[in-house]
This record gives sequence, structure tokens and C-alpha cells, in this order.
Amino acid sequence: MNFSFDLNSIWFMLVGVLFTGYAVLDGFDLGVGALHLLTRTDEHRRIMMNSIGPVWDGNEVWLVTGGGALFAAFPMVYATAFSGFYMALMLLLFALIFRAVAIEFRSKQPMKWWRNLWDVSFSVSSIVSGLLLGVAMGNIALGIPLDGEHEFAGTFLGLLNPYALIVGITTVALFMMHGAIYVVLKTEGELHEKVRGWVNNTIIFFVICYVTTTMITLIYVPHMTEYIKAHPVLFIVPFLNMLAVANIPREIYHRRDFRAFLSSCCAVIALMALFGIGMFPYLIYSQPNPEFSLDIYNAASSQKTLGIMLIIAGIGMPLVLAYTTAVYRVFRGKVKLEPTSY
Amino acid sequence: MDPLLLSRIQFAATIAFHYIFPPMSIGLGLILVTMEGLYLKTKNPLYQQMTKFWVRVFGLIFAIGVATGIVMEFQFGTNWSTYSRFVGDVFGSALAAEGVFAFFLESGFLALLLFGWNKVSPGWHFFSTIMVAFGAHFSAIWIVVANSWQQTPAGYHIVGEGLRARAEITDFWQMVFNPSTLDRISHVYMGAWQAGAFFVLSVSAFYLLKKKHQDFAKASIKIALVLAAVASILQLVSGHSSAKGISETQPAKLAAFEAHYPDSAPADLYLFGWVDEEEEKVKMGIKLPGMLSYLVHWDSDAPVTGLRAFPPDKRPPVNFVFQTYHAMVAIGMALILISWLGVYFWWRRILFDIRWFLWVLVFSVLGPQLANQLGWFSAEVGRQPYIVYNLLLTADGISKTVTRGEILTSLVLFGIIYIFLFVLFIYLLNEKIQHGPLADDLIVEGHRA
Repeated sequence: MNFSFDLNSIWFMLVGVLFTGYAVLDGFDLGVGALHLLTRTDEHRRIMMNSIGPVWDGNEVWLVTGGGALFAAFPMVYATAFSGFYMALMLLLFALIFRAVAIEFRSKQPMKWWRNLWDVSFSVSSIVSGLLLGVAMGNIALGIPLDGEHEFAGTFLGLLNPYALIVGITTVALFMMHGAIYVVLKTEGELHEKVRGWVNNTIIFFVICYVTTTMITLIYVPHMTEYIKAHPVLFIVPFLNMLAVANIPREIYHRRDFRAFLSSCCAVIALMALFGIGMFPYLIYSQPNPEFSLDIYNAASSQKTLGIMLIIAGIGMPLVLAYTTAVYRVFRGKVKLEPTSY
Repeated sequence: MDPLLLSRIQFAATIAFHYIFPPMSIGLGLILVTMEGLYLKTKNPLYQQMTKFWVRVFGLIFAIGVATGIVMEFQFGTNWSTYSRFVGDVFGSALAAEGVFAFFLESGFLALLLFGWNKVSPGWHFFSTIMVAFGAHFSAIWIVVANSWQQTPAGYHIVGEGLRARAEITDFWQMVFNPSTLDRISHVYMGAWQAGAFFVLSVSAFYLLKKKHQDFAKASIKIALVLAAVASILQLVSGHSSAKGISETQPAKLAAFEAHYPDSAPADLYLFGWVDEEEEKVKMGIKLPGMLSYLVHWDSDAPVTGLRAFPPDKRPPVNFVFQTYHAMVAIGMALILISWLGVYFWWRRILFDIRWFLWVLVFSVLGPQLANQLGWFSAEVGRQPYIVYNLLLTADGISKTVTRGEILTSLVLFGIIYIFLFVLFIYLLNEKIQHGPLADDLIVEGHRA
């Protein structure tokens, strides 16, 4: 199917933009969480947490809004995926709750056991959140069994297949790389030098995962490559992705930390774009019965709703981008612990 | 227990727990705007100290509100997927608008509110406080729009048949301003303002009783008391208007609130009672004859549609909503009494000396919390057996692929985690209250370092 600028395709892109915004923004703070336990002292851990302190909550809103937009634009997908992935999503919710609570509560008491408890909660819930999001994406890419009513016909254990798990691990690896670079950007002194040393390791870990995922996708999930095969110009996306990843160690070496972080953002965006291109025009690919798949036409809301929502997004998103940028500008620079810090 | 009942219990439990927090942040948000505005106007450092203390408390409440709020958005899809398919076209634009307009606004400016004291100028900080309060109010609009559409659907048509049928939007503004939206949003707002105001009254009265932070407590009480008194009276007006609206749009619900069975006869208003649903009458009750007819039609002889006009399987559980509704009204009346008594004592300049009344204020925080919960139970259970009034039965709205075991597992886990969360919340709130306002916050610093 070819891309045409109808409302359905526009909303496919906009939902993609929201989830990409989520991956870029919450990606680094989940990554910071995943790396949290590698720091040892209380001060370092507080700096790690406070590097995302003012922004993590806003970052999570991208997931909420992405979910809302999916509900609004493609209610069939929202209904099928959310009920089909029931246990996985419940676990994600519990992880996100624990994470929020851990950030809020950790530094409220000085006891060592208290802080260790919340440090572990914060880190484990960050890793689990990234893993579950990745597993969900892996299953969407691989295809899940749907019946003639477009209802999920598989099982929870079926969702824990090797391909989905590998995509899950790749996601965690990506977030760790992204998070490590963010910490480098936001810290100074001893912690800064320490985390700078981690960046290369996280890149290597990510590249190994990424290459593995790509090979398995090419061999076992051919439908993910069809669209790109039909439109070779889109090869520019994976190519840019590789350039962005390769550029990170270079920028880190030259101590241009902000540019390294931008590179990492580009890598995340390119990966999400690649996922979107691979899926298009499907939102949930049905395997083994592709004819039951949900695509941007049979899963969408009416043209009227898509039109109304485009107006809402047209008014709202520029405002969102404006004050998201403003907030990041206000909190730019190195983290300093203050009385209002976590 | 079947999956339907388990999903209903899970939704009720998680939304009830969530709804402890947003009303407090809406009400407290308004109070923060007032306090910080007063500080900027008068430059009295006391107001800075008050703002900073209540902002810290606000941060805690807000965090748990967000954490438990994501659960709600996901649950439409996880547990009520048939319902989601049915309403997605209509409901979706309200939810998307909430996310795009309100959530980003709240969470973005919250960062400045909590952490921006030394990063932005006092004027910009005040602006952030206003935006957070505005965002909290604005997000309530969209969620109430969506819920009101479930009560009184408008601006839609039905496409498809049977279980594949779904509602599609025909008129966005009719959907937004459906017949119950305005009544319900004002009712929710007043309930939220009461929740914030009585919370501040409670903590401040506690300080006065313990002879701590007296200037802080007195100034906080004055601001909160004005809001409590105004909101409590307006809540009565809004409640009346809501009930009048329900008499036209959801007659079965109003009839259940007062256990009014005759299909068309003048209706009484009960002060309290116990409904025998078998015999279809109220036992051990005290009633004001013809009062419901009077309140709805300004005529005590005017007929009101009763429950017998509806087949038994299309009636809500009568005694349950009768009790929740009457308890809500009783608490609402008590809150009017408490707040205006407070105003009277203030006028007589004895407010801060009457210890028994300060103790009443300490416990008054529970009033709006209970009334808000009871009110929502009345509204939602009163809509049964429908999930979308007259269009979709609750029993037809569930996710067909989710098993009983899965729901039971998640329900148990929610139970454990939420109890744990609540204990932690109370513990940390108590810490903050015991710790009290900081003396350092009385020092006025120069603008931006």
C-alpha cells in the first residue's frame, strides 16, 4: 500500500510522533533509572535522580497522550492491544507506579535501608518498564494472533517469545545508552567522569542488541521489511540511524556532550521511524492470519473525529513544544542539589 | 465472581483511590494561586512561607495523582475493550484534548512550580502556579465531558449493529456540551474546591491547637475559610441544578436516589431511610412529603417519574444509591454549617480561640473526601445497568478476551499496592505536617541569583 496524505495516514504519523516523543524523553529517564544502581554513594544517587527530577513527570505525559491519541484515532487498536496485552500492561502500570513513588519517596527519609529500598525499586521498575514496552513493540512487529472479530486470540506466555524478548532487551540497551549520555550532560566532577566511562560500554551493548534484532527481523519477520523494499529511498533512515549511533563516541571523545545527546536523540527517532515504516499501513499485524490485521483504515475513527482531533493537535502541539522547550531551557546545565531536590 | 463483577470492582477501587488526589490538587491549586498572588501584591514574607509550604504538600499529592491516573486511562482498553470500541470515536477526542491541552500544561509548569524558585523570576513562578492550577481545572473539564457523555449522550449517531455497533460523533460541541456537562463540571469543581479548602483548614487548625506556627496557620485558615464557605454554598446550588437535570435526562437515577417507585406521582424527599427493594418501599425513614416534586418543579403536587416506569432489570440498585446519595447530601449540609459557623466566629473575632471548633476543622477534611466519593458512587451506580446510558449495557462493555484469573490477579495486586501507597502517603504527609513551614522561607531573597 502506498502512502497518501489522508487523515488516517496523518494520524498514523501523529500517534508515531507522540510515541517517539515518549521514547526520546522518557527513554533517557528510564535509562538513568536502569543505570542508577551502578552508582554507589548517596550523593551520586541523589544527583542521578535529580538530573531527571523536574522533567520525568512531563516525559511520562507523552505516553499518556500517545495512549489517548491511539484511543481516539484508532480505538480498535487501543481496545485489542490493551485487552490482549492485559497482564503485560498491568505489570507496566505497577512498574510506573513504583517508579513514580520511588522518586518521590527516596530522599524523604535518611535511613540507609529506606534509601536502598527505593533505589532498588527505582532501578528495577525503570528496567522493567523499558523491557515491557520493548516486548510489546516486538510482538506488534512480529504479529500477534487475532480472530475474525479483531480480538486477541493468543496467550500471555505467547507474548514472551524470543523475538519480543530480544526487542525488549534492545529497548533497555537503547535507553541505557541514551540515559548514560544524558547523565554525562547533566553532571560534573567525579560522577561525570565515571559515567563518561560507561557511555562506550552502553553503546557496545546497544549495537550488539541492535544488530541481533536486525538480523532476526530480516530472517524471521519479512513483513517488516516489505515497505522499505518497495521504497528503497527509505534506506536513508537506517543509514542515518547508524551514522547517529557512530557519531556518539566521537562527540563524547571531543567532550561535546550536548551534541552527543542530540545524536542519541536522533538514533532513537530513527529507530522509531524505522519501526513505523516497517509497520505501515498496519497497526497490529495479525499472525498467522494476516487478513484479520488492523490497519489505519479498518481500525480508525470516523473522518470527522480524525479531522476534529487534527484541529486539537494543531492548536495544542505547538504550545506543548513551546513550553516543553522552555522547561528544558530553565533546567539546563549541571544538576545541583538544593533544598527542594528529591 | 465473574469477570464482569471483578472488572467493575477493579475499576471502582482504582478510580475511587485515584479520586482522593485530583480534587485536592484542584482545590489546593486555587489556594496556591491566591497565596502567591497575595505575596506578590503585599510582599509580606508570611505569604511566601505559606506558598512554599503548601507547594511541597501539593507536590506529594500531585505525584500520587499522576501515578494512579495512568492506570485509569489504560483500564478502558484493558478491561472494557468492547466499550472502548463503542465510544472511541466520541470519547477519544475528549481524552486526546485532555492530554494535549491539560496534562502537558500541568506537568510542564509543575516542574517550575516545585523546582523553579531560584531559576525563574517571581513573576514567572507565579505564572507557572497559575498554569498548574489552570491545567488541573482544565483536565477535569475533559474527563467530566467524557463521563457526562456516558450519562447523557449527545451529538452522535450509531453506526453498525448489535455488538459491532459504535457511536460516531456528528457534532463536537453538542458532544462537549451534552445536557449534563455544565451541571456536573460545576459540581465536580465545587467538590474539589471544598476538598482543597477543608484540607488547608484541617492542617492549620491542627497547628493552632498545638500552638505551633500560629501566624502561618491563622493566615492559611482565613484564605481557606473564604473558599470553603463560598464553595459549600455554590455546591448546594450546583447539586440542586444537577438533580433537576437528572429528573429530565436520567429519571431512573433520580427516582432511585429518593426510592420513588410510583410511575407518575408527586414525590417525597427522605432525610434518611432504608429501602426494601422487594416491597418497593422505604422503611424507617423520615420524609418531607412532596418535597422532591417541589424541588424539581417548584410544585409539591407535580408528578415525578418513578422506578415502576422502568422494567426491574433496567433499574439501578436502589438502596445502594439511596444511601450514598443521602450521605453525600448530609455531608454537604454539614460542610455548609461548619464553614459558615467558622465565618461567624471569624467575624466575632473568636475563631482562633474556640478549641472544640478547631477540632471540628481538623476532622472536617474527611467531609469533602467522603462526599466526593459518595457522589461519584451515586452518579455511576445510578447509571446502571448501562455503561452508556440507554445505549450500551455495562455487561456488554467488558473485554471478552481477558480471563477471570487475570483480572483477579491484577485486582489483588492493585489492592496490595494501593494500600501500601496509601500508608506511605499518610506517613509522608504526616512528616511534612509535623515538620511544618520553614523559618527560612520567611526570608525574602533577591530575584534570580
